[in-house]
Amino acid sequence: MDLTILSVKGIIILVIFGVTLLIAMYSTYAERKVAAFLQDRLGPNRAGPWGLLQPVADAGKMFFKEDFIPAQASKWLFILGPCLAILTALMSSAVIPFGDSIRFAWDGVKYDVNVQAIEINIGVLYIFGVVSLGVYGIMVGGWASNNKFSLLGAIRAASQNISYEIALGLSLIAILMMTGSLSLRSIVNEQATFFEWNVFTQPLGFIIFLTCSFAECNRTPFDLPECETELIGGYHTEYSSMKLGFYLFSEYINMFVSSAFISALYFGGFHYPFMDLVSSGLEGSLGAVAGHNVATAIGVVAFFAKIFFFIFFFMWVRWTLPRFRYDQLMNLGWKTFIPLSILNVVITGAGLLYDFKYATWLIATVMIVLAVVSTARAPKRQVRPQTTTA
Amino acid sequence: MIETLNFFKTLSPTGWLFIVLTILTLFSAVSVVTAKNPIYSVLGLIFTFFCLSGHYILLNAQFLAAVNIIVYAGAIMVLFLFTIMFLNLRKEEEESKTNLTKIVSVVVGGLLMVMLIQIFRAKSAQVPVVNPGSFNSQTGMVENLGELLYGDYILPFELVSILFLIAMVGAVMLGKRETGDRHF
Repeated sequence: MDLTILSVKGIIILVIFGVTLLIAMYSTYAERKVAAFLQDRLGPNRAGPWGLLQPVADAGKMFFKEDFIPAQASKWLFILGPCLAILTALMSSAVIPFGDSIRFAWDGVKYDVNVQAIEINIGVLYIFGVVSLGVYGIMVGGWASNNKFSLLGAIRAASQNISYEIALGLSLIAILMMTGSLSLRSIVNEQATFFEWNVFTQPLGFIIFLTCSFAECNRTPFDLPECETELIGGYHTEYSSMKLGFYLFSEYINMFVSSAFISALYFGGFHYPFMDLVSSGLEGSLGAVAGHNVATAIGVVAFFAKIFFFIFFFMWVRWTLPRFRYDQLMNLGWKTFIPLSILNVVITGAGLLYDFKYATWLIATVMIVLAVVSTARAPKRQVRPQTTTA
Repeated sequence: MIETLNFFKTLSPTGWLFIVLTILTLFSAVSVVTAKNPIYSVLGLIFTFFCLSGHYILLNAQFLAAVNIIVYAGAIMVLFLFTIMFLNLRKEEEESKTNLTKIVSVVVGGLLMVMLIQIFRAKSAQVPVVNPGSFNSQTGMVENLGELLYGDYILPFELVSILFLIAMVGAVMLGKRETGDRHF
């Protein structure tokens, strides 16, 4: 690798890092705005125009608060916990392909650099490795606090993450079977035409993956590790100042990364309908190099639009659905999602034998029919008018 | 002394990486055994797995490195940590070990070491020296590994998966709550 590619890659890595932090920062703002919208309130509107400076103000507040370490806590692990959380959260965006490639000429040599921090042929496994490490930040922090509530929160988080990781991985296997590669870029490039987006070929896998990523991010309806009615604050009960900030921040980064992951795996990444027409038109009018770069930029914008939609979806669900009970969570993970995703793998394999990509619609159809039948057969719930005893 | 210095001068960046990784691995592995608190012990083991994954990457075995992290550091060690946290071993007191257990463990450990050294020294187990002519950097990649596993080694591979299935069924049977058992 020569120096030019290295420096361009360096710039791309820095930009991705900065963008990740910026999006995580404004996700906190967006979350409060979405919550306000759904609850018919105004939300933050004091700091700056439309409250846009609210995240900065929050960060300032976090930094200047007292950084408290409980006397009986094990000090180094207490510090290590949030560090691990934010580290693993930031690591995972490294392999996401944000766009096609940038073309440029330097010193008469033509370059073609991918808009992606690192391209490895085991990108999916890399993300899995990093995601499975994410739980250590929570566990170490929760244990080191020397507080029963923190410990319970940490243990809940760990068991939840382990349980849903299995279904997450199994639902992905179907995609890997169809693509035949573990590289995220080749998975994205497989979905060049609109109706070959994996969400159309793998509807069931998509739903399983989406739900499991909610659980992996500890988001509602799976936010039992920080269920305040049972556990006060969960694993970060004892944390204050920026250490708490890191925990909260890593949740938003995880949300961003899993949105990006979902868009890349199931929604075609940086592809959009009529992309070929647009890029050939641009290359025709602006020249091969500039046209290609503009087309790449449009692809990046499309990818971020998908990401933002999924971040919004995360928030939308959070403010719509109530929390599950813990046994419901475990049953859903182990008794529903794991068998379903194994079935998904089997049906996909059978479909691939006969070169039919849309085989899993069979399960989806059966499930929809079953759901409709069971709803129709369920006893109608009577809504009684409330009798007021005056 | 000068020879050692010269040795370090001839090292390539990969060699430096190897030495640093090895030192880290050894230190963390020793800390697993010597740590008083079991939590630190487990964390040391996790770090050891990371260093081993680094070694795998140096050996150009990306897939093995990733799987090592996912399976060992990501799943098994979480369960270890989980169990130890539940045991609540906060009191940092040394368990009373009788002299007999100490002697037996030293003997067993020593025997294992002798056995391993013998295996590594055996003529039949000599690792062949790298031949630059036939060296293929793609050997450890997923595609090649998959072709090998599902081609030449299909029978052992399937047998291992049956073994795993049996172990899984056994674990589920052991963990199953029978009628009349206490609800926790």
